[in-house]
Amino acid sequence: MVADIVFYLFATITVVAALGVVSAKNQVHSVLFLVLTFFTTAALFVLLGAEFLAAILVMVYMGAVAILFLFVVMMLDVEFSTLKEEAVQYLPLGIAVGVVILIEMIVIITQVHVDHNNMVAVAGEIPNTMEIGRVLYTKYLLPFEIASIILLVALVGAIVLTLRERKRPKRQNIPKQLARTREEAVELKKVASGEGAS
Amino acid sequence: MPVQMPDINLGLMLPEILVALLAMALLLLSAWYGKEGRGTIGWMSILGIGLTALAIMASGGSGETTFGGMFVDDQFSRFMKLLLCVSTALPLLISLNYVREHKMDGGEYYVITLFSMLGGMIMISSGDFVMLYLGLELMSLSIYVLAAFKRGDVKSSEAGLKYFILGSLASGILLYGISLIYGSFGSVSFIDVAQGITSAHGHLSPAVGLGMVMIIGGLSFKIAAAPFHMWAPDVYEGSPTSVTALMGVMPKVAAFAVLYRVLLIAFPGLHDQWGPLLQFMAVLSLAVGSFAAIAQTNIKRMLAYSAVGHIGFLLIGLATGTSDGYQSVLIYLTIYIFMNTGAFALVLILNQDGIGDNLTDFKGLAKKRPYLAMLMATFMFSMGGIPPLAGFIGKLYVFMAAVKAGMITIAIVGVLFSAVSAFYYLRVVKYMYFDEAESPFSMEVSATSQAVVVLSGIIMLVWGVFPGSLLAWTETTIRMFQ
Repeated sequence: MVADIVFYLFATITVVAALGVVSAKNQVHSVLFLVLTFFTTAALFVLLGAEFLAAILVMVYMGAVAILFLFVVMMLDVEFSTLKEEAVQYLPLGIAVGVVILIEMIVIITQVHVDHNNMVAVAGEIPNTMEIGRVLYTKYLLPFEIASIILLVALVGAIVLTLRERKRPKRQNIPKQLARTREEAVELKKVASGEGAS
Repeated sequence: MPVQMPDINLGLMLPEILVALLAMALLLLSAWYGKEGRGTIGWMSILGIGLTALAIMASGGSGETTFGGMFVDDQFSRFMKLLLCVSTALPLLISLNYVREHKMDGGEYYVITLFSMLGGMIMISSGDFVMLYLGLELMSLSIYVLAAFKRGDVKSSEAGLKYFILGSLASGILLYGISLIYGSFGSVSFIDVAQGITSAHGHLSPAVGLGMVMIIGGLSFKIAAAPFHMWAPDVYEGSPTSVTALMGVMPKVAAFAVLYRVLLIAFPGLHDQWGPLLQFMAVLSLAVGSFAAIAQTNIKRMLAYSAVGHIGFLLIGLATGTSDGYQSVLIYLTIYIFMNTGAFALVLILNQDGIGDNLTDFKGLAKKRPYLAMLMATFMFSMGGIPPLAGFIGKLYVFMAAVKAGMITIAIVGVLFSAVSAFYYLRVVKYMYFDEAESPFSMEVSATSQAVVVLSGIIMLVWGVFPGSLLAWTETTIRMFQ
């Protein structure tokens, strides 16, 4: 009973915050709404007993991804209002597609008998985090390794697409700096008033 | 607490391990070499692909699995991986010059190409949806980067971004479908899903159907089947031509292999549902491929729409649900790799003169460079399905399979659209042979491009007249699906 109330509370906040992400006028507000969506989703995961996913969501998505978004949004000076005007053109089509998908989902959810046996990971006595740890390096070793290769490609790709090598990098040459003497670096000139230095 | 390791047989994965190690070694090597020796990285990666092909040929293809059925090594994976090697190596061979001239030859270009091939290989050998998804992401992510590789070029960046955003959306749809399937059966393994469907005796929850449709939708995006083809023309046009040549063939081989695995191993019991769906997409793709291509003036856009049309033919073969149909798809796909790469090789050769992106750039090629024009004409005729070239054989087998499976209307529609599409292929030939030259065509043709173009041209002729060897290969390959 209490769990139900908590679930509906967090679920409502999630939906409202998600709406806020796409409808907020100020894009910084959008990102903050996104953080709220992540947080309430994490809360929903906790209710499901998936505390590991909740922790990851808070640490990685809220802690790193959303903050990165915030930086990008604040640094890029994009005029979002014109983008929005263009987006409004496609609103009827978007709503139509959304309604169709919503009806489909409702039809399916009302007909599906949820088989609770399929939710073994949640129902077990072993904590969620331990269970994931157990299978990640054993049963799912191969997918885990492939995921690491994907991350490597992401890394290489990001560097390839953004690294600009300057033609003449300005590097500090310490021996040269130390070898300078006062004589060659500073020159004293007597400047007559009203004539300026030549 | 006992730790249970799955059965691990790394010997089955030798080709994959080889490619992964090669790519990482070349990454280090290109950093070590600096600017000067980077041209050799391209050759090393091509050699590496050759080695991989040998490793694939040496593999048993016995149907063994490893990592608890996640990775499958069978006759089908062997054939498709060889096809994948060819469809990666040929575009690399024809683009060595292009990559150097456009200053994309930091070794990373080749490294990322190799990683995308690795992703394709993982997709081909996948035994469950998790491996499928990871392979797909590895392949797609690499190609997103390649599409945006010309950093100074606005169109290239646009192509990369467009492909990335739409591709992520498609991945999301695919994942949603996979989650619905997982929720329904409690397993992501193809074999378990197939068993779950048989044991349900027709009382399946609608979630399975929706999940399947979403998976097919997500994969259709990768092969650019209509109505999921919107990205193709822009991305084909904007990407560097060398990348367009690659993305025209390589991802399609991998995505079709995955469609085989999903439809024939996981969902064979639902052919009544997915058959008509594929038929619908096939007809739509044919229509888009034939009519939209007519209006194009850019040859890369034209070839993008033509690719959509070819995907339509391939989907007809898959939709039949018969082994004849499955075989015809493999025949068509193999031939398609060579004719598509051949055509792009010609575009790349003309690109050296700073021309070649517009259809009119081909005007008068026959007078200045008769043998190049003759080869381009061969590829165009072959794509149009004109005998005695290989493209005709591909279409013939698809139509025969369709008629045998009782899809006579679809076969007739296919023939009609094929006739329409012949128009724009022939237009290129007309430009080359009957118009006056506007450009000097002074470019040098590198030995590798020449070799690939001539080889593809010869293959068009040989398989057009004697398709026996191709038929035999594909027949042994699909025997496991019967």
